[in-house]
Amino acid sequence: MEISLTVNGDTQSADVEPRTLLVHFLRDQLGLTGTNIGCDTSSCGACTILVDGQSAKSCNLLAVQADGAEITTIEGLAGADGLHPMQQAFHESHALQCGYCTPGMVMASISLVEEYPNLDADGVREGLEGNLCRCTGYQNIVKAVLSVKK
Amino acid sequence: MTVTDNPTGGIIGQARLRKEDPALLTGEAKFMDDLVLPGALWVNCVRSPHAHATIDNIDTTAALAVEGVTAVYTGADLAEDWAGPLPCAWPVTDDMKSPDYWPVAQGKVCHVGDIVAVVVADSRYVAADGAEGVVVDYSLLPAVISIEDAESDQVVIHEGLGTNVSYEWPLIPDPEGVEAAFANATHHVTETYVHQRLIPAPMEPRGVAAVPAPHNGDMILYSSTQIPHILKVMAALTVGIPEHKMRVIAPAVGGGFGCKLGVYPEEILCLALAVRHGVPVRWTEGRTEAATATIQGRAQRQTIELAADENGKLLAVRATLLADMGAYFQLITPGVPLLGAFLFHGLYDVPLYSFTCKSVFTNLTPTDAYRGAGRPEATYAIERAMDVLALAVGVEPDEIRSLNFIPTEKFPYDSPAGLVFDSGDYQPALDRAKELINWEERRAEQAERQAAGSKMHLGLGISTYVEMCGLAPSRVLASLNYGAGGWESATVRILPTCKIQVVTGATPHGQGHETAWSMIVADRLGVDPDDVEVLHSDTAISPLGLDTYGSRSLSVGGTAIWMATERVVEKASLIAAHMLEANADDLELTNGVFNVKGTPGAEVPLAEVAFAAFTAHDLPEGLEPNLQAEVTWDPPNFTFPFGAHIALVEIDEETGEVEIIDYAAVDDCGNQVNPMIVEGQVHGGIVQGIGQALWEEAIYDEDGQCRSTNLGDYLVPSAAETIDMKLDYTVTPSPTNPLGVKGIGEAGTIASTPAVMNAVVDALRHLGVTEMAMPASPMRVRRSIENAQGGAV
Ligand code: FES
Ligand code: FES
Repeated sequence: MEISLTVNGDTQSADVEPRTLLVHFLRDQLGLTGTNIGCDTSSCGACTILVDGQSAKSCNLLAVQADGAEITTIEGLAGADGLHPMQQAFHESHALQCGYCTPGMVMASISLVEEYPNLDADGVREGLEGNLCRCTGYQNIVKAVLSVKK
Repeated sequence: MTVTDNPTGGIIGQARLRKEDPALLTGEAKFMDDLVLPGALWVNCVRSPHAHATIDNIDTTAALAVEGVTAVYTGADLAEDWAGPLPCAWPVTDDMKSPDYWPVAQGKVCHVGDIVAVVVADSRYVAADGAEGVVVDYSLLPAVISIEDAESDQVVIHEGLGTNVSYEWPLIPDPEGVEAAFANATHHVTETYVHQRLIPAPMEPRGVAAVPAPHNGDMILYSSTQIPHILKVMAALTVGIPEHKMRVIAPAVGGGFGCKLGVYPEEILCLALAVRHGVPVRWTEGRTEAATATIQGRAQRQTIELAADENGKLLAVRATLLADMGAYFQLITPGVPLLGAFLFHGLYDVPLYSFTCKSVFTNLTPTDAYRGAGRPEATYAIERAMDVLALAVGVEPDEIRSLNFIPTEKFPYDSPAGLVFDSGDYQPALDRAKELINWEERRAEQAERQAAGSKMHLGLGISTYVEMCGLAPSRVLASLNYGAGGWESATVRILPTCKIQVVTGATPHGQGHETAWSMIVADRLGVDPDDVEVLHSDTAISPLGLDTYGSRSLSVGGTAIWMATERVVEKASLIAAHMLEANADDLELTNGVFNVKGTPGAEVPLAEVAFAAFTAHDLPEGLEPNLQAEVTWDPPNFTFPFGAHIALVEIDEETGEVEIIDYAAVDDCGNQVNPMIVEGQVHGGIVQGIGQALWEEAIYDEDGQCRSTNLGDYLVPSAAETIDMKLDYTVTPSPTNPLGVKGIGEAGTIASTPAVMNAVVDALRHLGVTEMAMPASPMRVRRSIENAQGGAV
């Protein structure tokens, strides 16, 4: 099937098998491998991207469902002026170790802060419940997200 | 030239941000599945849905008919492709029983997830379609699930072995002494604990690709592995590829926690299939697949006995284990209980010690190292039992510990199990942890709630710990029958423009080696850490190494880096002395400049020395050009980090829900290179250990079916259940390495599980609850309360 969508500001048209997951389309067809896959039951959040500004698990969508959508992946955040403030905050708070959960965690955090600018630590923890990290114990992730918010 | 014994440059000890981060934060880092390999074939593994069965027939017709499927192989088809079965590097006893473990099962399957056939296709989707089409007929055999059933030998899994018992391993230096101590003890505590099976669950599942060069015989194996160096040797032997033709590369690795410390069927399979097909062959594990295809951790039943005098002073400790190996041996499966064998007396001064382990096969996924490997198990047993002893003696849990700590003046301490503990000062860590948690106030609050009849119960749980890290002195490994050494190698190279290249054999998978190693080298050379590049994880670039596990990287690999740096400085000082017409012994290197001690102005920057070493126009007679040094460091002893953790939990009697309210951790890992990285390791470790205490369990039914195959059923902690922890440190340097470091990768996981479980029992003790199995799920907590109260709640 023909689809056409905007990914990180670029218009993309492609022919996809109807069963292709959005995450595989992004990774295998567009070469945007920053979005990771950590499970097959939509439980881990490693594949989180922004679809029309909202965070979404890209393993839980078909590529064809993204026809016409505006997508941002981790590759679309940093610009000529450096890292996105959320990326910078993760760096400064040591909120990543192996980094596998990180792209999804950063995308989810951006959308969380956007939607609920006044969250406290508990709110951040609740808001990130769908994004698992096995390395950091979350404390520094929460710290990073809170530091961006203010 | 004076060689300093201690780090002095001021960079070691700084909380420096990590140089690994930008690539990981932007998606630039390449993990296994990110690799683009033109022309690669994809593998999908057809796995047994049964725990124990004979394979009667495999029909591949439908699979081969799928468009895009290149080939389908069964165990019989590939039987000639292996030079030997999958390797086990740790035959712990000479008479250990070890079944053959083939990459694809031959004739019978021994656990759910055992590979019975492989489909090779031109895409991952088509390979999966093909796998759907493989029809396997099985005849079911009775499955051996519990270790008790396994021990009984009523059903023998590997007929050729004649028994399910693989080995018995005793460590009893003075059997009569132990008997006498128990006979004379005032207090004799006997406790039995079960460590449930755990699924390691790094966020990145495993993945492999084998890339052949059929005409010149080279082979590159990419794998999401912790151990490219060990894998290279083992895989070369197993497939029969000459070692010098094999190169192993670990790309960015998304966590390991021990489960990527193996030589797996899929690695060997991809190699063999790449040889057969002459093109790249790759496989990426699915999360559900990982639940039974990747090793699991813990899985042992332990009985621990304490003999103590009337005051609670320990006289002897006796531990007896029954350990679940799973269906086969992975790389170090049989050795995991031995890594805890020496530590069942914890950090207590005990004259007499007895340890015995019996290990059995079951029809479950093989077990192997999981964060802490053996040491969390040992610590759990002694720390839970110490609380029981405290109760018997009638003192507080902190008092029983203080009474029994190895006194500081006894270090280096000859342990009753035969180790020499390098250094320790245990009381300050416990005092500080009590301060952080507000011990006295919390105790008072707990009593108030109990007096008021509150249904929200508070519990305080302590775990002190010592671990043995820095695996390992090669000689000690030899005495344990381990098949390799424990050294680590490092190369430090000063390039012509005074940029530094460091090559390490310690392979990182999230720990931050690049940052830490740069700091060690920069500290000594007086250069900017950003001018140091750390190369690793590719056996063509770093040919020698023993990789990352057992909190060894800093104390073994980091020491090698430090020593190689020293050696480069020694050589550079000869050139500098030549340039300054001075004596090398009179030079010192500070802030990147060699100067003649006591002679202001007589100096030459390291950068000029580096360039002189490169041009080689005017070097001292007999000195080779260039500045580089390689060191292989074999540590003389383990290191023994320690600490004290205290958990405060609140339990809702109505729902059985356990909530962590507060957590204090005081760890001592000796000198710290980068405190920020230390803190991160402690955070992650604590949460992982809390996971075992409260939520995580690989659940199997009586047929050996895993009921927790995905992250919805296997409860890896999320941000919502965890809290901010209070951390502090004491610093007791290790005298066994020049950096004075000990290791911190596993400490949190070792300490937090017993701390939380002690807190859970402490919260419910006044209700009559004396014991709780892990994980302390709401259902289990409710049931314990009901049982304690005769079903009256
Ligand atoms: S990959 Fe786990 S939620 Fe999408
Ligand atoms: S940093 Fe490794 S999983 Fe989050």
